[in-house]
Amino acid sequence: MKLTINGCQHEVTAATLAALLAELDYDGGWLATALNGEVVPARERDGCALADGDRIEILAPMKGG
Amino acid sequence: MLELYGHQVSSRLLLGTALYPSPAIMAEAITASGAEIVTVSLRRETSGGKTGGKFWSLIQSLGVRVLPNTAGCHSVKEAVTTAKMAREVFGTDWIKLEVIGNHDTLQPDVFGLVEAAKILAAEGFDVFPYTTDDLVVAGRLLDVGCKLLMPWCAPIGSARGPQNLDALRSLRGHFPDVPLIVDAGIGRPSHAATVMELGYDAVLLNTAVAKAGDPVAMASAFGKAIEAGRQAFRAGPLEARDMAVPSTPVIGMAAFS
Repeated sequence: MKLTINGCQHEVTAATLAALLAELDYDGGWLATALNGEVVPARERDGCALADGDRIEILAPMKGG
Repeated sequence: MLELYGHQVSSRLLLGTALYPSPAIMAEAITASGAEIVTVSLRRETSGGKTGGKFWSLIQSLGVRVLPNTAGCHSVKEAVTTAKMAREVFGTDWIKLEVIGNHDTLQPDVFGLVEAAKILAAEGFDVFPYTTDDLVVAGRLLDVGCKLLMPWCAPIGSARGPQNLDALRSLRGHFPDVPLIVDAGIGRPSHAATVMELGYDAVLLNTAVAKAGDPVAMASAFGKAIEAGRQAFRAGPLEARDMAVPSTPVIGMAAFS
């Protein structure tokens, strides 16, 4: 399945958002995720099914002013 | 003590965490400034969560409260979504709301700002709106649920200092009980002291410290200037006068001619 993750094209096998994070080796309770512009809370990632062409954002704490 | 959304702080300096020469210097500057609140952001994570995790651990080790921002958002939707993601990651309802309206000046899109503030306040966020010094916009932000205001005094990162003291005074005068924090445009400790002398409750800055020759020393200087400005405000500064007024008694002068 082809997904756009943080603006880049990826070919992945994961069927859920939680599985996608594991497949891409993302780790940590400080990550925030969104699917097609909508926030997906951490507790809902297991049940969040992915479809071909989905846009995913994976964000983390960063410096800011 | 200053109270922001029910949280009391003794330092009236809110400090940004960007643009420092190194994470170690950032940490040292935060400590030297005495700031109890620091701003942070959310960005795309590209290395499996490791970059963000390291930064987050460092911030947590400093024992400060975080104020996440929506920096760089140009639409209401972007800002609201970023705020929701920040709430989850940082575990706080606080959000420094930025809806940018112009690429060159980085000035707020005040129409989008009011709209986003209304949505977020209704969803239980404690909104810290980055706004202009416009009095009517300030009123609208309070109408939609903001309990404090963060007007700029000059464009972000410009270091120009207060460009419109009359507008800042007007805001202070119209909203005597609303916490007012000058956010953006401060370049030097004297700028910070100036707005504190006007009765502003706090100052939020980043670049002026982070890009100084010695960020740690500058952080300390800002901490002192802000405290001095606050003390001066409470002490009741003199109004400027058109003419000279002698300070030494004129009665009792000797007559030599």
